Amino acid sequence: MTDRIEKTVELKAPVSRVWRALTDHEEFGKWFCVRLEGPFVPGQPSHGHVTYPGYEHLKWQAVVQKMKPERLFSFTWHPYAVEPDKDYSGETPTLVEFTLERTSTGTRLTVVESGFDKLPAHRRDLAFRMNEGGWETQMKNIAEHLDHGA
Amino acid sequence: MARRAAATALRTSATVFAALGDETRLGLLDKLLRGEPQSIVQLTEGTRLTRQAVTKHLRVLQGAGVVRWARVGRESRFELDPKPLVDARSYLDHASQQWDNALARLKALVEEP
Repeated sequence: MTDRIEKTVELKAPVSRVWRALTDHEEFGKWFCVRLEGPFVPGQPSHGHVTYPGYEHLKWQAVVQKMKPERLFSFTWHPYAVEPDKDYSGETPTLVEFTLERTSTGTRLTVVESGFDKLPAHRRDLAFRMNEGGWETQMKNIAEHLDHGA
Repeated sequence: MARRAAATALRTSATVFAALGDETRLGLLDKLLRGEPQSIVQLTEGTRLTRQAVTKHLRVLQGAGVVRWARVGRESRFELDPKPLVDARSYLDHASQQWDNALARLKALVEEP
């Protein structure tokens, strides 16, 4: 069953540079489009605001999990926490893990976001009330049918 | 990044996934995917279900908006409404796209001279 998103990207930059872009809260903010109030600290929440145009009213909140220098950075958060006044703290967050590997040309960065199946209450069905085979497969099958039928 | 659109899609998707979270309903959907609107009798054929049970499952699918009722001549038939299915599938695709965009920005940042 697919309850995760996994991405790998090859970066032409040393591991130390990538690590800084991930874990320096100001650098992180540049590419993640958030303005954070302070540095990342394992076990501590990170607060800030979305800076993406049109979404500046949204708060950003995550909890830093692991910081193994130049190897692993992870946090939990609430994806699509789009209602500004809603308290998402009671919901099970998803886990985002960045893994860094040194390569001959720079750094291989892998991002895994997992736990979509644990999204709570009104979101829970998103992931898995589907039976075996996983919903993604089912949806692909359906889409294929639709494509043929169209 | 259309986060609001994503939130709406997510809510819709939850209903759709719940409706599909059942082997019987997936089976009914599979029959309807073949194209022609079908009657309760046709949809019951080849299953171990009663017409009442099929009707009940069709109501759930109707509630999720993936199946709609159509009158063909003097008969009631059911047909597929594909749009919510496509939307539901797009949720993780959307989240996935967000990561692609963010990682492209990260790449530009770390690779700049």
